[in-house]
Amino acid sequence: MNGSAQQPVMAGNDWSGAHVATDEAEYLVFRLGEEDYAVDILHVREIRGCDPVTRIAEAPPHVTGVINLRGSIVPVVDMRVRFGLKAAAIDAFTVVIILNIAGRMVGIVVDSVSDVVRLGAQQRKPAPDFGAALGTRYITGLASLEERLLILIDMEKLVNGTQGGLFDAAAA
Amino acid sequence: MSLLEPVRGNAAAADMSRFYQIFFEETAEQLTAMESLLLGIDTSQPAAEAIDAIFRAAHSIKGGSGTFGFRDMAALTHEAESLLARVRKRELALNAPMIDALLEAGDVLRAQLSVHRGEPGMAVDAGPVVARLNALASGAGRPKDDACITGGTDAVASSAMPAPPPGQQEPPADFGFFSPEPAAQSADPGYGLFDDGPGPAASAAPPAWGRRSTDDPTIDAAPAGRRCGEKRVVSALGEASSIRVSVDKVDQLIDLVGELVISQAMLAQRCAALREAQREPLLDGLSALERNTRSLQDAVMSIRMLPMSFVFNRFPRMLRDLALKLGKQVELRTEGEQTELDKGVIEKISDPINHLVRNALDHGIELPAARVAAGKPARGVVSLRASQRGGSALIEVEDDGNGLDRARILAAAAERGLSPSAAMSDAEVWQLIFAPGFSTAETITDVSGRGVGMDVVDRNIRALGGSVEIDSTGGSGTRISVRLPLTLAIMDGMSVSVGGYAYVIPLACVVELLAPGSRAIRSVSGQGRVVEVRSEFLPVISLAEKLDPRGPRSPNGPPGESDGQIMVIVEVDGGRTALLVDELYGQHQVVVKSIETHYRRVAGVSGATIMGDGKVALILDIGSLVRQARH
Repeated sequence: MNGSAQQPVMAGNDWSGAHVATDEAEYLVFRLGEEDYAVDILHVREIRGCDPVTRIAEAPPHVTGVINLRGSIVPVVDMRVRFGLKAAAIDAFTVVIILNIAGRMVGIVVDSVSDVVRLGAQQRKPAPDFGAALGTRYITGLASLEERLLILIDMEKLVNGTQGGLFDAAAA
Repeated sequence: MSLLEPVRGNAAAADMSRFYQIFFEETAEQLTAMESLLLGIDTSQPAAEAIDAIFRAAHSIKGGSGTFGFRDMAALTHEAESLLARVRKRELALNAPMIDALLEAGDVLRAQLSVHRGEPGMAVDAGPVVARLNALASGAGRPKDDACITGGTDAVASSAMPAPPPGQQEPPADFGFFSPEPAAQSADPGYGLFDDGPGPAASAAPPAWGRRSTDDPTIDAAPAGRRCGEKRVVSALGEASSIRVSVDKVDQLIDLVGELVISQAMLAQRCAALREAQREPLLDGLSALERNTRSLQDAVMSIRMLPMSFVFNRFPRMLRDLALKLGKQVELRTEGEQTELDKGVIEKISDPINHLVRNALDHGIELPAARVAAGKPARGVVSLRASQRGGSALIEVEDDGNGLDRARILAAAAERGLSPSAAMSDAEVWQLIFAPGFSTAETITDVSGRGVGMDVVDRNIRALGGSVEIDSTGGSGTRISVRLPLTLAIMDGMSVSVGGYAYVIPLACVVELLAPGSRAIRSVSGQGRVVEVRSEFLPVISLAEKLDPRGPRSPNGPPGESDGQIMVIVEVDGGRTALLVDELYGQHQVVVKSIETHYRRVAGVSGATIMGDGKVALILDIGSLVRQARH
């Protein structure tokens, strides 16, 4: 269902909106700076406060370190750094979204989590080409919801992106 | 319950697929059991139970593969079974060509099995084996030579065999009930009972076996019925009853218990902070909790343990084939197969031990003529022993061959520019064979002699936290002792603090701890730093620099910078290195976790563990850190 919902978005050419009922998908919305981002809720495992993070040698700058998630060693990515913003201060109020991406877990540090929204196909629009700077390949589309602009991101690509990918190429 | 006919099995193929996995696993076990029985059998006096067990294994594989529609396997086992049936009925005497043919059939079946499993591999043509089995079963393939003589004596032996003990009087004719008409046996519900009759273990067991198979509703009747036969074969290898659980589930259990231990430690810590009066009522409960969590942890860890027989079982076949190829005679003796090691260690130790065993036969055991000339029996002995010594396992590979040749090793070492000296002790000379590329073999064979051997063995075993020792006496043999930790999941570690974070150094490589004190750390040509310990200059690695390039310390800072730090002297690849750390926390057992489950490999880090406070501490791969610093 997830796949069928996202397919037209990624293909970027089928915006007929004919299948409103079946094309709806739920997204978790989180805030980074002044922007609202949305990630497919099927990837979200849990939302939690941030435990003390253990730093890893030679990690890319956006990889804050690893945490102990009930016995599993899970990497934490600071989304602010990933998107070129100033690094977040990690304290007890920092929110971490634990995502499950292709069987691997990763925590992302965000400013705050706002809500879960249901978006139909006609609400999701392809993102214009911003050029290479913002890395639009991680953005699957934009959606406007009431007064807000939601940026839909493809976590799978973002996490596995060639630069600073979390997983080894062979394993990923 | 009745065993399903092959045809019915095919019709129900869609429903069957979920049972495939069980069939695959069981068949692999059956094949292993069959192979070890075939290798253990004495052709001059074949034990009736062994032949029965082999027959049962073949029969089970045939039935199972028929049920699941794997016709190629069913057809091949049918041929093997026909031959075995005639041997069982004493119409044919077991001989060496038969064993060869049956072993080969086992290999082909294994290949077919892996094709059905969807593993990469070539489809194997069963034609030649089928033809061989056919010829042997019809008696036509029976050579006129010694096999005939064996057959003759065997017939005499069988008729002169002592009467079976009471309760086991199965007239040999009864065997015929199952064998001539393969279709008839697959429908016989009493198969498990009857068949177990002649075996010694069976007299106690039959009712239980029979009930077991009917009581198991989750498993299709056919594999369940088969399980009776299989279990009996397996029990011969020392296993009583067991269930199959995926390793993931066990690891999950281990994770959870690890969390429990942390919670328990946290509670104990909080309790200690309380006032005496408040603490008193909690103490009993807390100490009981601690005891129970520890025993729970031990019990859970033991689930991952496997007996050494998993490694040893492959050697009888390998040695047999190798001895044939080399024209040598060898007998394999194993001891302590029940010694248990962690699954991870077992998997990684298999190849090094394999190499040692091959070496023992190829380099150790002499040709029969040379052995006789030296006053030794023509048949050499390779012994494999496993035992548990405290927290580690000891595996010994011993041969009664010619021993290591000191002069030749010295000469070969000189050729390789290793500058050996004649004054070296034997032990030092033996260490030379661990040098990369070292070989004294006169000719390079496909068995050994390429010199990519002992160094790999040594490195792999060290990587597991173990060690290798050689003991050799000229003319009378060589013994190689491998010491291994019992588990990789728990490790003795030294936890240290570097840059505010905790790290764990494997205790196995820690030699000593020193406060630098008056010992000055000197910089050498601005490139690196050394410290003098017991009149030896050791390279110094500052872990803070290595582990945190973003940290405040600049590389190769002034020598005085390390004041107040502690030096951990570690030994890697025979060389010592001093590691600078900020603080020492202590020495304890840590549960090793992979960081690659959810992240990528990190250079210099072999894993992670969770400390008592719930934080993650990285376990350092000292070997790679030191090697990295050397280059």
